[in-house]
This record gives sequence, C-alpha cells and structure tokens, in this order.
Amino acid sequence: MTSRRANGRTPIVIVVLGAVACLVFALPLVALLVRVPWRSVGSILTSAAALEALWLSIVTSVVTTLLALGIGVPLAWLLARTHFFGKTFVRAVCTLSMVLPPVVAGVALLATYGRRGIIGSPLEAVFGLRLPFTMPAVVIAQLFVAMPFLVLTVESAFNSADQTVEDAARTLGASALYTFVHVNLPQARSSIIAGAVLTWARALGEFGATITFAGNFPGTTRTLPIATYLSLESDLGEALAMSMMLVVVSLTVLIAMRARFLPTLGESR
Amino acid sequence: MSRPVSIVVAAALVAACSSGPRGGDTLVVFAASSLNDVFTALATDSESGVSADFSFAGSSTLATQIVNGAPANVFASADERQMEVVISASTNAGAPVVFATNSLVLAVERGNPRGVHALADIDEPGLLVALAAQQVPLGQYSREMLASAQVEVTPVTLEPDARSVLAKVEMGEVDVGIVYRTDAMSSDEVDFIDLDESRMLSIDYYVVALDRSDDEAQAFIDRLVGTDGQQVLLNAGFGLP
Repeated sequence: MTSRRANGRTPIVIVVLGAVACLVFALPLVALLVRVPWRSVGSILTSAAALEALWLSIVTSVVTTLLALGIGVPLAWLLARTHFFGKTFVRAVCTLSMVLPPVVAGVALLATYGRRGIIGSPLEAVFGLRLPFTMPAVVIAQLFVAMPFLVLTVESAFNSADQTVEDAARTLGASALYTFVHVNLPQARSSIIAGAVLTWARALGEFGATITFAGNFPGTTRTLPIATYLSLESDLGEALAMSMMLVVVSLTVLIAMRARFLPTLGESR
Repeated sequence: MSRPVSIVVAAALVAACSSGPRGGDTLVVFAASSLNDVFTALATDSESGVSADFSFAGSSTLATQIVNGAPANVFASADERQMEVVISASTNAGAPVVFATNSLVLAVERGNPRGVHALADIDEPGLLVALAAQQVPLGQYSREMLASAQVEVTPVTLEPDARSVLAKVEMGEVDVGIVYRTDAMSSDEVDFIDLDESRMLSIDYYVVALDRSDDEAQAFIDRLVGTDGQQVLLNAGFGLP
C-alpha cells in the first residue's frame, strides 16, 4: 500500500480499519478460489448446461441494461431537473427494490404480472400472453432489482453537471429535448456508463426475484446464479466452479470499466 | 494478513462458534424442513419434558453443517443419502432408524378447477405443471415416479424445493405441482390427490443420535418412534414405517 498523500504519513488507524473492510470482501473470494476444484473446472464450465446458463445470463442481463438505459436515464433526468409534488416519495419508490429482499420482489412481480396479477390477468385474457416462467420474466425481474443503480448514479451526475452550458444552449434557442440529447447526456456520459455497468453486474447476479417470478427451466429461465444454487444441492464442486465463473466475468468488467470510465466520473464532480 | 494476526482472528472465530454442544443442557436437533411442524409440536407438549432447540433446513444443508462441526445432538434427515454422509463422517453416532415415511401427491388449486384426478391427467396440453429440480430429492422422486408410470410431462418450472412448488400452486401460477403429502396437508390453499404410483418410492425419514451415549438424544428418538410421536406424525400426513 503506497501513500499518495503529499504531506504526513497516512494514519495507521485508518489503514488498519480500511484493511479490515477490504478483508470483509476479499477473504470470501480467496476462500472461494481455494475451494474450487481446479482439475475439473474446465469440464464443468464447458458442459452444455453451464454454457446454456451462462449464455442466458449474458443475454438477459444485457437486454436488462439496454432497457434500463432507455427508461432509467429519462427517469434520472426527471428526478434531477424537475420539481413536482411528492418527488421524494417517487424517488423512494423507484429505488426501494435495492433494499427489498429479492424473494419479496419476486412475489410482488407475481402479484403484478402473474396469472392472477393486476396486469398479468388482463394480459392473458386479452392477448393470451403469459409472463411467468418466460425469458421476458427474467428480464423484468432483473430490471426491477437492478435499474435503481443506474437511476441513482445518473441522477447525481445530472445534479452536479455544470448548468451554465445547459443555460447557454437554451438561451441560443435549443429546445428542452434538444438540450437533453446534446448537452445533458454528453455531460453525464461517464456516469451513464458507470451506472449501466453497475446495473448489468447486479442483473447478472440476480437470483431471488428471478427464481420466484420466472422460475427455473433450462434454456428459458435458468440463469447462472440459479444453476449455481441448484448445483449446491447436488455437487459442491460444480457450484464453486460456476460461482468462480460469475466472479471472473463480473470482476473483469468492473475493473475494465473502472480503468476506462470511472476516473473521469470523479473529476467531473 | 500477518501470521500472528491471522491466528488471533482464527481463535476469535472458533471461540464465537463453539459455545459447545449442550450449552445450558438443551438438546440441539437438526431436522429436515418438512419436519418443522411435527417436531415443534412434539417439543411444546411439555408432558414428556423433552425440550430442544431446533434448526430446520434442507437435509443436505444440515448434513454439510454437521460434517463441518455444527453442534447438533440429533439429526433427522428426509434423505437416506444425507444420513449416510453424516454417519460416515462420525465416529460415535448411534444407528439410524426410520421413524416416518412420506409420499408424493398432486397439489392443485382449491376446488380442483382443472379437474385433475390422476397422475395420467397431468400431461394434458395447456396444463401448467411445476416439479422440483432433479438436484433435490423431491425432484428425483418425482422423475422416478413419472418415468415408471410412463407419464411424459414438460414442466414450466423446476423449483428448488417442495415449498416453492407449493407456493406456485397456491398463487395460481401453475395448475399442478408434485409435492410431498405433508407439504400439501400443511397448506390451506391447495387440495391434493394421493397417488398409488407413489407407493413404489420408499421416501424414508431417518433419525440418529450423533453421540450414541447421549441419553437425552435417545429419549427424543424414543418419543418420536413411540405412540405419541407416531400419532403426531400421522396427523401431519406422514406414513409410518
């Protein structure tokens, strides 16, 4: 650990406490790596079942992230730039799923889009559409749980952006929509990407809401976290190998994105 | 982490975890989730003086915990294989005994709106079926039964445990679920259909004292296989060995 502080030593107390915090995260990861049955990792991870689950996880989490960008960024802008009655309440509702137990989120989604749900019931009656146990259900579960990460990150970027640029654009006759697209979005670019990455990572790891709302069927709704959980019942080695795959995929993306985008996020504040 | 620090941390963890079997002389019983109601009823009936702390979870989870040193005195498993896991890792466990059996039923919504009456009915197109995943014993039993009855069914979901299958039926998301009889009986929201095909499966519940010289553990097991215990088990929908 090298100190970048210009004058004085880094206080030892802070180093120790910070190191303890770091261990909270690092120890279980190291333990996971120690227990992984390295000899059979290759055959486990290239099995058709594991690849199918990984592919489904990647497809659904990417679709979730794109959807979150499409509707989450406008929501973030509304929360940052408009004033309306009950805004605090609306923001709380839109981020509640971050703290809700995922299983509860799954039950709530069933109550909404299930066969007896307030949306699901008319949907089936009128269009013959059934959402639970389908791939779109996986995406809905991920969106519900993961989108707040994008909304919160982007909202704070909109809040802290330099407003004089926006004012200048408006003074020169740009419409509000034109300003949103050509001024607000570029200003918040790195935060949007950072939020999207967090949302993607959360969606990739989503388990509780998915298995409750979307169920578990190979190729349709069995994502990698669900496959991992189930193999825990029968084959610990397989579960560990799949966990490691999730960790490696997520860690790689988080590190790559941090190096590429997050430093500029820090500077823009 | 430096070596002395890691030793201190390890010691602290061990001290925190090992307040020992029988802290305060209370019997610690690790039991399969499906035994929750029955064991709790047995323990709250004060006549016999059996008091115990229970930990309910899936048999495989409990077996893993016991093998890794969890302070259990009695292990009641819904699965013979998990009992073997525990016995083979123990030096002074007693001999496991079968104290109850279970069977599989079709759980349907109350009133049976889809008119399901037999196992052969569930391959009807358009009928939504939930099974347990093959990684858990219920899923294996269900597959075995369906295969031997030559009923082919494509479930919409493979749930991680019996309660999850039941929940999908209770919420009306599926029309039929195959669950243990005791789970179906514990729910007010579902009706169930007993299956003759389930007789070919021997779904046996085993119990063992993890220290064969532990009198209190033995007393608990005696009560379980005695008249009172067997009656409580019957009332909950179990079969007797």
